[in-house]
Amino acid sequence: MPVNVRIPTPLRKLTNEQELVQIEAKTISEVITELQGRFPGIQERLVDEKGEVRRFVNVYVNEEDIRFLQNQATTLKDGDEISIIPAIAGG
Amino acid sequence: MDKQTGFMKALKCRECGREYPLAATHVCEFDFGPLEVAYDYDRIKASMTRSAIQSRSKNMWRYRELLPVAGEPTVGCEVGFTPLIKADRLAKRLGIRELWIKNDAVNYPTLSFKDRVVSVALSRAKELGFTTVACASTGNLANSVAANAASAGLKAYVFIPSDLELGKVLNSLVYGANVVGIKGHYDEVNRLCAEIAGKYNWAFVNVNMRPYYAEGSKSMGFEIIEQLGWKIPQHTIVPMASGSLLTKIHKSYQEMTKLGLVSDAEYSVHGAQPAGCSPISVAQKAGLDFFKPVKPNTIAKSLAIGTPADGFYALKVMKETGGAADDVTDDEIRDGIKLLAECEGIFTETAGGVTVGVAKKLIASGKIPANDSAVLCITGNGLKTLDALVGHVGHTREIRPSLREFEALIEAETKSPTAA
Repeated sequence: MPVNVRIPTPLRKLTNEQELVQIEAKTISEVITELQGRFPGIQERLVDEKGEVRRFVNVYVNEEDIRFLQNQATTLKDGDEISIIPAIAGG
Repeated sequence: MDKQTGFMKALKCRECGREYPLAATHVCEFDFGPLEVAYDYDRIKASMTRSAIQSRSKNMWRYRELLPVAGEPTVGCEVGFTPLIKADRLAKRLGIRELWIKNDAVNYPTLSFKDRVVSVALSRAKELGFTTVACASTGNLANSVAANAASAGLKAYVFIPSDLELGKVLNSLVYGANVVGIKGHYDEVNRLCAEIAGKYNWAFVNVNMRPYYAEGSKSMGFEIIEQLGWKIPQHTIVPMASGSLLTKIHKSYQEMTKLGLVSDAEYSVHGAQPAGCSPISVAQKAGLDFFKPVKPNTIAKSLAIGTPADGFYALKVMKETGGAADDVTDDEIRDGIKLLAECEGIFTETAGGVTVGVAKKLIASGKIPANDSAVLCITGNGLKTLDALVGHVGHTREIRPSLREFEALIEAETKSPTAA
């Protein structure tokens, strides 16, 4: 089940500057495992020692924050777009 | 002073402490933690004395050693030093011994505290060679970026939720900025801007320029201390959107203490949110050190950030300083706006209504003791959010230009005063 993952600027050094990566995954957990397989080192950037998505990392599936879905257990379907974005502020 | 860096040393990750050069970058490559400016406090201490500060012009740049630009500021040189008003009539109504209003509703040039952060961000952006500036905004920031960019001859793109108050939209367009309305709430605007910032080489004030930008908020706290006669207030009540202002007010008190400009004192910093977007206050009241993102639904659109980037740090500051948080409904927000206007003659926007409403609750519950002294941070101007008050502040009574009709009106009111 291929999904598209948008890689944010701070992580592109790990993906050879690739901005969009297509991978096979059924859940967000699998996305992270698959990314780690292809780009070693990326996992520890995204999740902490306990396996939780880091405090300052936001993950979206088709523009919806996974914290409004089922977090890492959120299931994916063909062609879903996943964005990984650092938390930022404004007002 | 070093020409390239001024009193700054580096950018430093708040999570892991890794250091980065003083460029346009905002997150740690390792853990995505936010980067913050680190200063050379020894050199600052030698240069920044009370008498040095007092000899300078009355604007936020009188504290320039603690603001992150390398050279002299070039944008927004007259921003800040807004009035600190002793609010005796409001104090009486809220039941507290002493109350002060820090009135950024009259900040220069765009009537909100955002001029502070923007003047720092754009001055630094020019130092770094940018010619186009941008922001994701709930309105006030957009106004300030548009205005300050215009005066500095910079090109501006501002991104806002498309359902913003008309006043805030026109207040960005008039300066000739490129205004892009996004069909979504602020968190969606923010997400899009993070993606745009990765693609275009612009100075996004609250994305890649954020470490510099956020520091501008400290000037509000520096001014409060100086205007109180070099004292830290016992209580400061701050509206929270991303939570950044609250953390920077705290930082300003700490820095002035560290530099010996004010004597060490105990103080509490309290946070205010609208009930329709209260991820931080809900977490604070539950005693949590993390928050759950929400989808905003409130008239306080300038505070409608459902995923507050500094929420974690704001919770930490409140915990460390013994501060509390609370939230108020749309009706309580309007009541807060009216109360401030009727008692002190200050017309604030919805965010100010939130601050007044929450102060009322915290004083009533004893979380702010009645015998103490407090400062309310009023961050924006009521003329920008007129929509929120339509139908809620009474109505004009029309008569023909006739003395007889006026006398009849007065007579009717005297008979039944409630009709007025």
